[in-house]
Order: sequence, then C-alpha cells, then structure tokens
Amino acid sequence: MTGTATLTWFARHELTLAWRDWAAMMAGGRTTQERAVTSGTLVFVGLLHWLAYVILEPLLRSGIEPSKAALVTLTACLLFTFSMMLSQAIEQVTRSFYARADLDLILSSPAQARHLFAVRISAIALSGMAMTSLLAAPLINTAAAIDGPRWLAAYAAIAAMSALATGLSVIATVALFKAVGAKRTRLIAQIIAAIVGAALLIGIQIVAVLYYGNLSRFEVLRSAAVMNAAPDAASLFWLPARAVLGELSAVTALVAAGFAVLAIVIAQYAPQFSSHAIAAAGADDHGALVAAASEPFRSRSTLQSLRAKEWMLLRRDPWLLSQTLMQVLYLIPPALLCWRDMGAGTQVHIVLAPVLVMAFGQLSGGLSWLAISGEDAPDLVATAPLPARALLRAKNEAVLAVIAVSAAPLLLALAFASLWGAGVSAFGIAAASISAITIQIWFKVTATRSQFRRRQTASKGATFAEAFSSIFWAAATGFAAAQSWFALVFVAFALMTLWVARMISPRALIA
Amino acid sequence: MSPNAPSLHIENLRKTYSRPAVDGLSLTVKRGEFYALLGPNGAGKTTTLRMVAGLLRPDAGAIAICGIDALKDPVAAKSIMAWVPDEPLIYDKLDPMEYLEFVAGLWAMDAAKAERQARELIALLGLDAQAKTRCQGLSKGMRQKVALAGALIHDPQLIILDEPLTGLDAGSARQVKAVLKDRVANGATVIMTTHILEVAERMAERIGVIANGRLIAEGTLSELSAQSGGGTSLEEIFLSLVADQSAAA
Repeated sequence: MTGTATLTWFARHELTLAWRDWAAMMAGGRTTQERAVTSGTLVFVGLLHWLAYVILEPLLRSGIEPSKAALVTLTACLLFTFSMMLSQAIEQVTRSFYARADLDLILSSPAQARHLFAVRISAIALSGMAMTSLLAAPLINTAAAIDGPRWLAAYAAIAAMSALATGLSVIATVALFKAVGAKRTRLIAQIIAAIVGAALLIGIQIVAVLYYGNLSRFEVLRSAAVMNAAPDAASLFWLPARAVLGELSAVTALVAAGFAVLAIVIAQYAPQFSSHAIAAAGADDHGALVAAASEPFRSRSTLQSLRAKEWMLLRRDPWLLSQTLMQVLYLIPPALLCWRDMGAGTQVHIVLAPVLVMAFGQLSGGLSWLAISGEDAPDLVATAPLPARALLRAKNEAVLAVIAVSAAPLLLALAFASLWGAGVSAFGIAAASISAITIQIWFKVTATRSQFRRRQTASKGATFAEAFSSIFWAAATGFAAAQSWFALVFVAFALMTLWVARMISPRALIA
Repeated sequence: MSPNAPSLHIENLRKTYSRPAVDGLSLTVKRGEFYALLGPNGAGKTTTLRMVAGLLRPDAGAIAICGIDALKDPVAAKSIMAWVPDEPLIYDKLDPMEYLEFVAGLWAMDAAKAERQARELIALLGLDAQAKTRCQGLSKGMRQKVALAGALIHDPQLIILDEPLTGLDAGSARQVKAVLKDRVANGATVIMTTHILEVAERMAERIGVIANGRLIAEGTLSELSAQSGGGTSLEEIFLSLVADQSAAA
C-alpha cells in the first residue's frame, strides 16, 4: 500500500476478508460431496418455492390490485420485515464499535478510521439486503411466477429498506453512546434490538388476542377499525407497498430515499467512529464484579461440575439476557391467549403449540452455541480426565435442563386446556431443541463466550439451518396439535433441513 | 501405571500438516525431573506438547505417561497430568476460587481437600486480593497465575507448561518458578518450553533442543556444551546447535 488508506482500499481489504471467510467455510469438500450438497440445497430451495406456491397461489390467482386492503396487508408485512432488519442492524452497528479484532491495529495506524467505518456500515446494509432477500426469495420468485415479474421489484424495496434500517440504527447507536455512555450502550442496544425486532409482531398479536380471541394478525389487519384508520390509497404512506407491487415511481423514490439516508448518515457519523470505538474499548468492566463472600467448595462428580459450570456461566451471560428477552417477548401473546381462553373449550393449543416450539427452538440454539462453541477454556476441558463424548453429553444436558425447566410451566398450563396439545408441544420442543443442539455440534467453532454474536456471522449455514429447523418443527407441531397428517410433511422438511445442514457443515466437509 | 516407568516417554512421534511439524521425535523424561524444551519458532515444541496433553492426535508414534499409553487410554493419562498453554484461556465470568473449584470438579477431587489446596495456591501465587474478583478484571499475568493454580490443584505427576513465564512481571515470575521448583522437589515432573534461555539454564536439570520437528540435542548444560563444541552460555550453545541443524537441512 502506498499513501493513506483510502475508502476503496479498505473496501478491498474487507471484501478480501469476507471472501476468504466464505471460501474457508465452503472449501475442503470432495467433488462428490459438493455435488450432493448442491443437489440437496437445490431440492430444499425447490421445496421452499413449492411451499410458497401453496400459500400464495390462492391469494394471487386472480392478480392483486393496489386496493386499500392489499396495501394494508403488504405494508404490515414490510413493517415487520423492516423491524427485523432494524433489530439486526442495531446489533451489527453496536458490534462494529465494540469489535476489537483488528481495530487496535487500525486505530493505532495513521489510516483514516472514518473510511473503515464507512465500509463496515455499507457492509452491514449489504448483509441485511442479502439475508432478507435470501429468506424472502421463495415468496418473491413465486409471486413473480404467478402474477408477473413486477413482484421482482420487491428485491429493490428490500435493498432500500436495508439501507434505511442501517442508517437509522447508526443514528440510534450513536445517540445511545451519547445518552448512556460506552459502558452501558452495548447491553442497552442489545435489549432495544430485541424489543424492536419483536414489538410490531407482538403488538398486533396482542390486539388480535384481546379483540378477536386468536393470534391471527390478519384478523386485525382486515378489521374495519384498521381500514377506517388507514390513510387513503393515494397516500405516500403506501409507497413501500406500491414499490413491492412494481410501481416504477414508487421503487425509484424508495431506493433513492433509503440510500440517501444511508449516505448522509455515513458522511455525518463516520468521522466520529474512532472516538466511539476508543470509548467502547475503555468500557470493559474490569474488576467491577467482586463476590460478597466465599462459599465452601461442593463435592461434585466431573459431569456435575461441568453442568454446574455451564449453568453458572449462563446465569452470568449478559448477551443471553437479550436472547432470552426476545423469546419471552414472543411468548407474551400466546400466554395472554392461554390466560384468556383457559378452560373455555377453545382450540387454543393449536395456536400455542407452534409458538412454543419456535421460541424454545431458537432459545436452544443460543444456549447450545454458548455451551458447545463458546468455551472459554477449551484446553482445560479437553485435558480433563473424561472422554470427549461425556464432555459433550454434560454440556447438552445442561442446555436441555434449562429448556425443560423453562418450558415446563407453560406446558403444564397448556395441559389444562389440552393434554394432547401439551404432549405434542413437549415433543416438538424436544425435537426443535435437539435439532438446534445437533446443528451447533456440526457447526462448532472455537470461540469465547464474549463472541456470542459471532454465532450469526460465523456460519450463515448454521443460522439458516437453525431457523428453518425451528420453523418446520413448529409447523409440524401445529398440524400435529390439530391432528392433521400434514404434520408428517413438515417433519420430513425438518429432517431434510438437518440433512442439508449435516452436508454443508464444516465437519462433513473435512471428513 | 508403572512406578518405575519414566514420567514421559515419546517414541518416533510424527505429525504433519502441510509439512512435517514433528518428525520422528523420541524423548524420555525421568520422574521428578525439571525438563526444558527449547527450539526456534516453528520447531514443533508446542505441537509435541499438545500431542502429549491429548489435544492433538499424532499421525504416528507412541506416548506413555508414567507407563500409561496416552493414545490408548487418554483418560487415565490425563488424570495424572496438567497442561498450561502459552495463552491461558480461563472463564471470564468465574472468579479464581470458582475456577479452581470447577477444575477440582473436573478431576473429581474431594471438596475439602480441593478448597484447602486452592487457598494454598492462591496464597502462594499472590492472588489473595483477586480471589473473589471475576477473571475478566484480571491482568494477563494474573490470569496466567490462575491457570497455573488450576493446573496444580489436583497434584499432577506430570506438569506441562508452554511458555509459562511470558507476560509475567519479575515478582510473579519468581513466584511461579518457586512453585514449580517446589513441585519438582516433591516428586512431580515439570516439562516446559521457553524462549527465556536464562530460565532454562537456571531451572532445568536437562534440556532438549528441537529443530524441524526433531530432537537435535539433549542433556545437562555441560553435556549440551560438549555437543555444541564448547559454548559457555546456553544462548551460545542453543544458537550453535540450531545453526548447525539449519546448515545440515
């Protein structure tokens, strides 16, 4: 390199690192295995498109006009997507302030840190676009196939929304830095991200429970109250929905607005990056936590010691707080429904079962990452006198025990409404949890617990596998609760997800 | 476990990555010996010790710890051995006493004995003031001492340390050296790698020099001096041996 580090130089550097990370994840497989992985993934993607077709075909068969009802539903979906994007972006922006990996080197060099920040913020926007596009692709592609290519404009809308979400998250994080200081920003940002990600969906569900007695968002969105309160069909409020429907002027305006916000934010805040990062570096709570009194040592077997250690570390994990908070928030509407309808002879268990499975599946993923990959002293436990299998068993038992203890009261409450519902929910929670743990074992990385958020970035494969596995087990449980044979289809999907995950996992590629 | 067997016996050990990291290494360390393993960067010291500790599987060769075949019965071998890596990783969210309680649990120690030993080690290593402070607040040197205390709490017969004095201030280094000497005096065996040749010269009874994954010289300081052609300090002897090996390669 000659001269100072320019924006393009940093962009090239970050791209090289990102590419090598990706290549490392994918490299090492034999040709036959790669072929199997590609075929399996294609079949899986095909199945997702088929599922999207089953859902969308009745809705789009006769085409969709930009009626007020359609605009309300589409806007609600977009708002939900945007809240998830915003939540992810807040997490990632905060991480960019606190990450120490190469910041010490870069901040101690004469390079302009604002260039690095500009590149990293752009990368967050890009990653949000890529992840959301990937998740929404089956729906968008299928809609385009049924109702015409205008639906492909949804990809542009996603890009614009991701840029906007990233810009807003930078503003929010910097505001937090100024308001509460570097020491508290990380934890508060994490909690805000959890609330932002869940608030809209939960809010609509609570309204649905209180006014319509179920968890259906659509009941609320189609209600006369919402229709009357919604602005006129010609209002600018519907711009994003109109963009998704392929109106060229709306797409152009949305993309221009989204990227303009991102550009202004980068220009405004990038120069402050180094001062925030330096403040974040000095925010570690060294020596802040001192125990009040010492307790005597307890006699424990090796496995008991391992389980006790895992539970103690889980209790003390600040990142787990937001993870758990998110799951707890999602459980509020079903709990409300359960409380409202208990003993009223309704089919409440059919609605509750999948929600419980989804929430506990996701929680298991987080907990098992912490227990399996987030081992702060890998050499110590590896040199302990016990077989590796026993070590893994103790860690898995620790996670499953937490899940069992957390799920038990909810399952017990559900049992009063429906024994069958509680039974299939227990089975679904166990299946989703074991699947999440298995995926974490396959995608195990060497990391410390403080790198918890690396969970999402270390392997997109694991993230997607975990998400799809939870979704399919939740769907299977929902259908099983309704005593429908369709449950078996989703069990097959869940097992196929696990198979694909096994094939793309680093362990399979190395073997 | 055989009472007359050496603490460590390595036979024709091999490990290859893109090139051989350990290439047919054989080594014997007697019981109650303080043994230093020296070598230039990338010589294969850490790879060798990680294989002994059961953290890496060798491609070929045999490892016996006090007569126990460490490859056939790793659990039995691990129960009498301790390993301290060069970058000790401990639990940030535990305090030193909790960490030692956990390590004692891993080795299934009696709780009362473990607590007594933990307090002794904490005092010996000058960690009393930090005993109930979570490790996230400790300096690198203190963390290193906590890791060492963890290695010693279960009274291992073989203690393997990779660069144990790096990052320690003079006072801490003296405490660590005293603790290790005391262990050797009480019959334990210590094997350590170090780049601080003065430490090896002063503390080790025998010194092994590794280069290119092979043991190129071994013995007491005077024996090594004779092998190298008469250097007076370990630094001269070491540089001469390594230079000879590089020239031969």
